[in-house]
Amino acid sequence: MALEIVKPGLSTTVQDLGRPGYYHLGIPESGGMDRYSLIAANLLVGNPAGAAVLEAVFQGPEIRVSRDSVIAVCGAEMPPKVDGAEQPGWTSFAVRAGQTLSFGYLKSGARAYIAMSGGVDVPIVLGSRSTYPLGALGGFEGRALKAGDKLALGDPSGEAKAGRVVAPDLRRLPGKTAELRALPGLYWRRITEEAGENFFEDTWKVAPEADRIGYRFRGGSSLAFVPRKQPFGAGSDPSNIVDSCYPYGSIQVPGGTEPIVLHRDAVSGGGYFMLGTVVSADMDLIGQLQPHQPARFVKVDMETALRARAEEKARLVRLKQSLS
Amino acid sequence: MAMKTRYSFGGDEHVFVEIDEEMSLDAFFKSLSMTNAVRDSRIKGVTEICPANASLQIRFDPDVISPDDMLAELKRLESAADKADPTLKTRIIEIPVYYNDPWTHETLMRFRERHQEPTSTDLEYTAKINNYGSVDDLVNAHAGAPWFVSMVGFVAGLPFLYQMVERSRQIEAPKYLRPRTDTPKLTVGHGGCFGCIYSVRGAGGYQMFGITPMPIYDPKQEVSYLRDFMIFFKPGDIVKFKPVDRDGYDAAIEEVERGRFEPPIRPVTFSLNDFHTDPASTNAKILGALHGA
Repeated sequence: MALEIVKPGLSTTVQDLGRPGYYHLGIPESGGMDRYSLIAANLLVGNPAGAAVLEAVFQGPEIRVSRDSVIAVCGAEMPPKVDGAEQPGWTSFAVRAGQTLSFGYLKSGARAYIAMSGGVDVPIVLGSRSTYPLGALGGFEGRALKAGDKLALGDPSGEAKAGRVVAPDLRRLPGKTAELRALPGLYWRRITEEAGENFFEDTWKVAPEADRIGYRFRGGSSLAFVPRKQPFGAGSDPSNIVDSCYPYGSIQVPGGTEPIVLHRDAVSGGGYFMLGTVVSADMDLIGQLQPHQPARFVKVDMETALRARAEEKARLVRLKQSLS
Repeated sequence: MAMKTRYSFGGDEHVFVEIDEEMSLDAFFKSLSMTNAVRDSRIKGVTEICPANASLQIRFDPDVISPDDMLAELKRLESAADKADPTLKTRIIEIPVYYNDPWTHETLMRFRERHQEPTSTDLEYTAKINNYGSVDDLVNAHAGAPWFVSMVGFVAGLPFLYQMVERSRQIEAPKYLRPRTDTPKLTVGHGGCFGCIYSVRGAGGYQMFGITPMPIYDPKQEVSYLRDFMIFFKPGDIVKFKPVDRDGYDAAIEEVERGRFEPPIRPVTFSLNDFHTDPASTNAKILGALHGA
């Protein structure tokens, strides 16, 4: 086995680009919350873009490496160390068999993506190596890593090289106050016009309840609902609907108080109204938000959402070109 | 029944289609026919097709099909679904339930302060607010008529169930005031007008009625009837609950552990028109299929 977990960190899981196709059965796509950083880390070490990596949140793991490897850490600023010697982020570096990879304190962002040449080799379940802990599915035994776990690596591509760097203008992290673009819709009409305006004008803060399922926000105004007789089967609270599917990135507000944005391990449906959806281009940013960090939702239309998507795609093309 | 379909985009990757604001067999049926039509039409760029109780959701890649084109395709399929013959070839499954079991009872007692009526159990409370004279009467109603699996989701493999009875006979119950942080795996629950079976242990807000010994989700695929796929239910399945006592429950658990448990499953055809004309005899026919009549 090529990796032995000495300390697991807060919650470190195996992730790749996920397993779409089973959402209709309640199995979410999972995969790296910040896909761009996951891809960047893979490309740095010569892996295919969607190879499995370790996603560490808030605190890095300590790992004994028993095979000569090239490693890169992208995303959150959480300095990697090899036998105690600090290494730069967004840069590939060599680790010799017997050395230990550890991490300094988190400085910015929330999730670090640790790619190793050859990729983490766990069984492919429903097309992916990603971990879905709630369903005990995929990854390493369907759970976050624990001390003593031993993981295998795949065969390196031969293109693994130390000293490759993602240029600073190609790195992406949210600003001090995150701006999340969102398209109003779904059950938007359930709230009053004033409530809708407040939602986008208020500055929110990431709540401590923020994980791979969803990010909760607090600190903004409570939302007032348009009065109605609740439809049969919806439940009595004005924020209730007849249970429906939940889009990835959808913003539900149970009781009208604290918005929750669903992410890669989303619950696939339920009985709370949603007022809109964060655009696909900004989903990665959510994965890098820390509790208590301020955030604003920015109202956009479909045209802007598609333009933002095209811009992120173009950034990915530039990343691939710069590392090819 | 006048249903009004409403379309809305969920960001740049989802279209949400609400068949009706309120729950009904008609709304569920139309959502299921539209889901099937979308699946059959193999529209390029569609990545997820998710039916829900009275709505559906399509996920698509806007780099392959533009949101406007996606919407136009769905509206075209909606008019086809409207003309579709409302019959469904499906299967009926009999599922044993140990009502008022010790495990959900222990759990509901732990979370009493989160309940509307801390002095009664979930079954007693639901019986009372639905005007049943006793818990037994409620159980008889719950296990008496079949249920449609109207949605699978929330978490992996969890079925939402809608009972095939007239609206006046629907069992309705609010969710807990504050959700529990624990629910035993395979709890049979009820919230709003929906039944459910919790596929994994975890948080939950539905009233707890009992527990089934029959596993419905097995990511390791060791359970005999889950070797082909880890999830048992799909939308459109019909379920009949069968009350069992402690001995029946224990015997079934032993069968599961020995890999010998096989739930009774029979093919059936359900006609929505027949049901509307005569619910009782339509259900009797469906239940008859279960026991080889």
